[in-house]
Amino acid sequence: MSTVAQSADATAPAPARQSDGEPFLVVDELTVKFPTFDGVVNAVSELSYNVQLGKTLGIVGESGSGKSVSSMAVMGLHDSRTARISGSIRVGGTEVVGLDEPKMRKLRGNEVAMIFQDALTALHPFYKVGHQIGEAYSAHHNRASGDQVHKKAVEMLDRVGIPQPDRRIDDYPHQFSGGMRQRVMIAMALSNDPQLLIADEPTTALDVTVQAQILDLLQELQRDFGSAVIIITHDLGVIAEMADDVLVMYGGRGVEFGSVKQILSQPLMPYTWGLLASVPELDSDPTQRLLPIPGTPPSLLSPPSGCPFHPRCRYRDHVPGDLCVRELPEFVAPPGHPDHLKRCHIKDPEAVLSDNPLATGAQP
Amino acid sequence: MFGYLVRRLIGAALVVVVTSMLVFVLFFAGPSEPARSLCSTARCTPATLAGINHSLGYDQPVTTQYLVWAKGVVAGRTVSFGPNVDYNCPAPCLGISFQQRLSVFDILKQRLPATLSIAVGGAIIYLVVGVSLGVLAARRRGTMTDRSLVGSSLIISSIPYYLLALLAYLYLVSSWGLFPNTGYTSPFSSPVGWISGMLLPWLVLGLASSTTYARFSRGSMVESLSEDYVRTAKAKGLPERRVMRHALRAAIVPVVTIFGLDVAYLLAGTVFTERIFGIQGIGLTGLFAIQQEDLPIIQATVLFGAVLVVVANVVVDVVYSIIDPRVRLS
Repeated sequence: MSTVAQSADATAPAPARQSDGEPFLVVDELTVKFPTFDGVVNAVSELSYNVQLGKTLGIVGESGSGKSVSSMAVMGLHDSRTARISGSIRVGGTEVVGLDEPKMRKLRGNEVAMIFQDALTALHPFYKVGHQIGEAYSAHHNRASGDQVHKKAVEMLDRVGIPQPDRRIDDYPHQFSGGMRQRVMIAMALSNDPQLLIADEPTTALDVTVQAQILDLLQELQRDFGSAVIIITHDLGVIAEMADDVLVMYGGRGVEFGSVKQILSQPLMPYTWGLLASVPELDSDPTQRLLPIPGTPPSLLSPPSGCPFHPRCRYRDHVPGDLCVRELPEFVAPPGHPDHLKRCHIKDPEAVLSDNPLATGAQP
Repeated sequence: MFGYLVRRLIGAALVVVVTSMLVFVLFFAGPSEPARSLCSTARCTPATLAGINHSLGYDQPVTTQYLVWAKGVVAGRTVSFGPNVDYNCPAPCLGISFQQRLSVFDILKQRLPATLSIAVGGAIIYLVVGVSLGVLAARRRGTMTDRSLVGSSLIISSIPYYLLALLAYLYLVSSWGLFPNTGYTSPFSSPVGWISGMLLPWLVLGLASSTTYARFSRGSMVESLSEDYVRTAKAKGLPERRVMRHALRAAIVPVVTIFGLDVAYLLAGTVFTERIFGIQGIGLTGLFAIQQEDLPIIQATVLFGAVLVVVANVVVDVVYSIIDPRVRLS
């Protein structure tokens, strides 16, 4: 079970992976800012989480909540000229923040790999898929012969369930269907047996049956490779199926963290309630309208004071005074809920929720 | 692929035929009276003029004239400038020059190598220099390198090309004598003479045009660097050179488009370059023909230019299909 680093313990000794008990990925007080002409965009603020090998962390949140920005930071994909990154990211004991480019390059695609949202734009349209997969392999295996690289590409295509891989390897991405392209992306990401796989909305552009296939494939591969997986999504169905733990993000911060069971059945904070209430269910009343979260995501240029969610929160009257407006709630586990963190001033969320049941029937 | 090429070539041939008709009609309806330049001013009576017009067929309706001309292109013909002044014009006959009394096709064929030398040499320089600078600027986007590259390219391209070429000639050839042999020699008779004679025109043409290519490929490269697939290439852990290659492969497509057309225009005659550096090429030939009202040469150079543009378009499309596999099927 992975837990969020509660105390900013920066004294963790570096190299040996896993042996000292440190999770494979530790993100500690990560802050990512983008200076722009209009001011500084606070894309991610003091975010902390970690993931152990063999476990899956789901990160949910709406657009602009910092899900992708934080995982791009793990991959070291931010341009150092445009992004200001502080805090700590340790991958297998190696500090990634401030790591020089040649060392970062060795990590990227090798120990940490990423699957992107839209495989059509994420694959190069002018190169054969075999070439693109082979390139991922040969980038980290300098001495591999052309023949070995070719064999590896065929093997990976076969591994992700593409029929006749030895022939399809000479096709271009546009000759594949959407689901097949995502399989190619996965094959590419897994070609170096990464210990951490980040899947950024891997099924968003796909239809539901293909979604299910891709998710099955990811789970199967995770079982085989035993790697840590981060799955970024705004689809709670994907979370329910895939994740062991869930981090809910809002306005660049973590607002709730817990096991998938805790988050889906005992959510402790209004934003998560809102997310759950906006999910349609098969057995719910078809005439009933879904309950959206009112308002728009917060501006990252000038974030709201206090709790970032307060302008949209329906439950502010459960908090005495103007605490929500004045003070940022701490990200802590409330009494009686070990390992379940929330960033909210409401003292007795369960009582509040039982008075106002969610439209989905997800009752505590 | 093959069927596609055949279709394109048939289309191109049709465009060339239509263009030749347009060129013909244009000069037929134009203000100049072609036979006038053949009629010596002192003894030019209306009768002589009519006689010349008759022997050259200019008194015929335009369709007849065109058919005679078109037949000459395919099978050759005899051009008559008057009684007993006949010239044999073998296929492909583009007419006989009024002034030089030579086959226009032979004249152009003789002048082409000089123009070809200028165009190819200049193009290699501006393509290599322009694209490399553009890629460099895109890669260092927002830095001093980028700004000074973009700035200096703007300054250079705002100077008219003829002025630049003229200044280069004045200083480098006339005053300082750095390029004494400037002019065209056949590379087959003297390769060294060819290079030393063409070096300055190549540099001037190449560097002046490279500014456009630098800005163009910079823009294209900046766009392609922000594409998802470039991020994927980085995420795979590819070295920066390989990442750049992924970006350039896509960024080069629009550059190929303008390059194809540019080369076509260059081959049709680089008038300023030829005039300033004293190179007898197609541009200069066309220029003199206009001054001397030598209609067959003017017609032929215009047509030659049109054919080159059409051919360049086909070549660009074929190159597209080589670069971009998605084009192949259509």
